[in-house]
Amino acid sequence: MLHGYGPTLLEGTLVTLSVALASLAIAAVLGLAAASMRLARSRALQGLALAYTTLIRGVPDLVLMLLVFYGGQLAVNELAARLGHADYIDIDPYVAGVLTIGFIFGAYLAETFRGAFLAVPAGQREAGLACGMSRWQVMRRILLPQMLRQALPALGNNWLVLIKSTAIVSVIGLNDMMQRAGQAAGATREPFVFYAAAGAIYLAITGVSELGLRALAQRLAVGVRRSLP
Amino acid sequence: MTPGPIVESLPLYAGGLWVTLQLLVISLAAGGMAALPLALLRVHPSRWVHGPVWCFTYAIRGTPLLVQLFLVYYGLAQFEAVRASVAWPWLQSAWFCACLAFAINTCAYTTEIIAGALAATPHGEVEAARALGLSRAQVWRRILLPSALRRSLPAYGNEVVLMLHGTALAGVVTLLDLTGAAREVYARHYLPFEAFLTAGALYLALTLAIVALQHLLERRWLAHLRPRA
Repeated sequence: MLHGYGPTLLEGTLVTLSVALASLAIAAVLGLAAASMRLARSRALQGLALAYTTLIRGVPDLVLMLLVFYGGQLAVNELAARLGHADYIDIDPYVAGVLTIGFIFGAYLAETFRGAFLAVPAGQREAGLACGMSRWQVMRRILLPQMLRQALPALGNNWLVLIKSTAIVSVIGLNDMMQRAGQAAGATREPFVFYAAAGAIYLAITGVSELGLRALAQRLAVGVRRSLP
Repeated sequence: MTPGPIVESLPLYAGGLWVTLQLLVISLAAGGMAALPLALLRVHPSRWVHGPVWCFTYAIRGTPLLVQLFLVYYGLAQFEAVRASVAWPWLQSAWFCACLAFAINTCAYTTEIIAGALAATPHGEVEAARALGLSRAQVWRRILLPSALRRSLPAYGNEVVLMLHGTALAGVVTLLDLTGAAREVYARHYLPFEAFLTAGALYLALTLAIVALQHLLERRWLAHLRPRA
């Protein structure tokens, strides 16, 4: 049915998954940093984080990706020329895609994490400090595990949106699942079959993710007494 | 930064803005009209009624908008029956296909939003209406629908913003929307920062306007749910 294009689609799936996971890692780091800045005492840090989350969430991901890809290309080459480097440097669409999606979802995760940090009672932190833990230890052993439990539902939603967002890296030329589906569609003149196959793979990824998230939620909720059955 | 070419290209951006707004309004109107009856079916107790609607919304919400757009624009042309049908002149136009794909997409999300609000209606409201002697149709028309549609407003505001960002994909199928105009300006002048930042600023302004409108409507329609001092 796929005229022998099945393996190449699966290879593309791996590219898509790797883009998604790498972006998630960047987004988690940026999100934690921005959430901590929003909750910091310094007005300047708060303002900076607020500007980041508001500006990024107000602009389509495709526009940001084109800006990073084409703008980054120009900036890197101008910098290289100033440093006396003569050759033209091509920006890798994989790097541009991962950086952009990570940057975008960092803004969404920042809001998620901020709410989750606020949901951990202040007494937990104080108790940790009173026991003689350092601020870093309190963060790692007390706040993060409890915060993650609160953040998981929203984090899961963001992950599902992020996977679907990776489809647009095909627009800047990355050889992901979408682009391979397009190539196969062009070669066989059966676009419906291949785009439907790509859609089915995305559905499978989101379906498996939902199962995994459910298991993770149970794991993180160990020791929590529910008020509702 | 070189502002000259951007000032020159302002008519192009204005045209793109107009296309983006048209795409947004048409797809929201069409998708919203289809979503209301689908939401009623979605909350129907029979599995044979709500099952198919659930399948539709699950499939649409689990796949990227880009896949849906390509399925409609490139995919449908694969079938001889489609090319022979009366709808073919429309399905050939990128404009119609973009509207159709966006409308289907927003329809699925809106269905879930309204169905969620309907399901969350406090039981006491229906009980009170029945006690006052309202018929089933009256309960739907006077109690369930007005109450649920009002409570859908916050989530629907988010959906409108996401749809605005989704229309950025129209440029991928040759339409000169705001993102398409920015790509055109970039191609003409090779000024990636200026071209895409201008588009980004316009999207941001539209996003903020939508959010402001949402807050205005919430003040009017959700006044009864505001926390009391």
